[in-house]
Amino acid sequence: MRRAKAAVAPYLLALPAWIWFAIFFVVPIAAMASVSLTTGNILEGFQQTLSFSNYADAVGQYHVQLIRSLIYGGTATVIMLLLAYPVAYWIAFKGGRRKSMYLFLLLLPFFVSFVLRTISWGFLLADDGILFGPLKSAGLLPGDFHVLATDVAVIGGLTYNFLPFMVLPIYVALGRVDPRVIEAAYDLYASRWAAFRKVVLPLSLPGVFAGVLMTFVPATADPVNARVLGGTGNTMIGNIIQTEYMTNNDYPTASALSFTLMAVLLVGIFAYARSLGTENVLEAAAR
Amino acid sequence: MTKTQAGAEGATAPSAAPQVPAIELDGVVKEYLAHGEVVQAVKGVTLSIAEGEFFSLLGPSGCGKTTTMRMIAGFEDPSRGAVRLRGQDVTDVPPNKRDVNMVFQSYALFPHMNVWENVAFGLRRRKVAEADIKRRVGEMLEIVDLTGREKRRPREMSGGQQQRVALARALVNRPRALLLDEPLGALDLKLRQAMQIELKRIQREVGITFVYVTHDQSEALTMSDRIAVMNNGLIEQLAPPREIYERPATTFVAGFIGTSNLLTGEVERVADGHAVLKAGEDGRVLVAGGAHRAGDPVAITVRPEKIMISTEEPAGEVSAVRGTVSEVVYLGTYNSYVVGLPGGAEVTVFQQNAHDSSSTAERGDSVWLSWQPQHSYAIGS
Repeated sequence: MRRAKAAVAPYLLALPAWIWFAIFFVVPIAAMASVSLTTGNILEGFQQTLSFSNYADAVGQYHVQLIRSLIYGGTATVIMLLLAYPVAYWIAFKGGRRKSMYLFLLLLPFFVSFVLRTISWGFLLADDGILFGPLKSAGLLPGDFHVLATDVAVIGGLTYNFLPFMVLPIYVALGRVDPRVIEAAYDLYASRWAAFRKVVLPLSLPGVFAGVLMTFVPATADPVNARVLGGTGNTMIGNIIQTEYMTNNDYPTASALSFTLMAVLLVGIFAYARSLGTENVLEAAAR
Repeated sequence: MTKTQAGAEGATAPSAAPQVPAIELDGVVKEYLAHGEVVQAVKGVTLSIAEGEFFSLLGPSGCGKTTTMRMIAGFEDPSRGAVRLRGQDVTDVPPNKRDVNMVFQSYALFPHMNVWENVAFGLRRRKVAEADIKRRVGEMLEIVDLTGREKRRPREMSGGQQQRVALARALVNRPRALLLDEPLGALDLKLRQAMQIELKRIQREVGITFVYVTHDQSEALTMSDRIAVMNNGLIEQLAPPREIYERPATTFVAGFIGTSNLLTGEVERVADGHAVLKAGEDGRVLVAGGAHRAGDPVAITVRPEKIMISTEEPAGEVSAVRGTVSEVVYLGTYNSYVVGLPGGAEVTVFQQNAHDSSSTAERGDSVWLSWQPQHSYAIGS
């Protein structure tokens, strides 16, 4: 009897989370999937017609923004990776006793709202703001120089906002690399670079994978950065979905776009896992 | 590069013709800062290890043996002193440019590589031709008896197998010397004993100098040609196992290696080349050698198995002390007795269980202990 209870306990403990997940994730997503196949409008109501043409129409109309989002998200992810890896490496191997302080500093911006931080980036990058204003009046920059409302501003904002999500998993993965294994590489005639390339980097790949997953997906779907830092030419798919839903009340199109984005991201992530070698990633992660 | 004499190449006898030693440490000191204070982990070690020798650094944890080895490998820079490999000063040479390889305590195998890739790592870094790599890795895996497991990952192997991969990974490079840092520490007793014999066999087979770090005295005694017993950052004694065991140079060595009995006393007289110490009412301790004078305070050690136990006073030129048996432990092939002396000292005695076990003393018995003068070793403090 006791044994039976003990066997059931983990399931019971996990149950609330599963129910939560079912109610707030599975149900809405099923509802959205259903909405994405309806036709109609807000005044006359929507009928379920199983019209897959919503998808074709949405993609046909907004493929520019969809592709732009993938490019922005992808570029930001690559820049984040290049910025985050050295920082994570430095904290993991050179952080010494101050490791936790460095991690805290890295996370400190999170205590300020995401939107607020993005808006302050807007102030910083404003055409005549505190950064470019003085430079322009000093004649160091041409009068019509601007960063706001360009690709650079949006990608920069995305990079800035999601960077800690890239640093943390890489840091964790690097922290798990046994220093003796690195010593063994040196002992076996590896140069610093060879030891990194052959031992440290492969062992940190699970962290890189997690970091990319945690940044590329939200960055690609993010509407805030494009809204605050971008101009009319920098609209991302997140903005379109928002506008279709909130302003135009075109629920089927918004839903269809959401699912298209989801599908594209999933395919992208799986392809990426494949290219890293899923087996290696999962195996190393399971260590 | 210093030239070795013709024929010295691959010599296995440690005391062969004079040749450049494989490894030399010259007044090596390692200091580091801990909480703002300078701590000396190694306080000045000078030693010379011959080509093909099985050399052990033995001592308790924190004695500086691992630091000493890591300075040979190049992972620690000596604060003072020099490290030479075959006469060449390598003090400032990084580990990846030193012709020695290390077997780590926890093996430190590359977890993302299989056995074959692990073993081939060093050869690949040295840009050895792929065909040679294939042949040498194959041969090495055969020596360590891992043929057929090339595709296994370290995680999928037992401790003993991982140990052999670590050994193969180091030996395949044919280093000038192999450094082993407590390599058997993680294995259980049976496996450890099997691996001791295995290691010795492999060393004979490849003829490479082994430097072996251990805190396990029986391991060091079993395998080594010579042992350096370290304590507190210094070498207490450097000698072959038998000498270390039978003639410990210091109280520390006597206490650390095996069981040993420490007796102290004052020289009463010197006669016939023996110094005679008074021990209790009617006892005496004879110490061979004429280096003592009457009145000198002397500390001696006696190994438990050198002592005879009897009920009657022994005759002849032997040490003889009286005591009371306070404990008897049956240990299969022998009995261990603890005998209390009148002065309060306790002496451990091992007595073989021969066919006539009638001479066995019981707890509480009054007995005589006796041993030959040459088994009393006077030691420095």
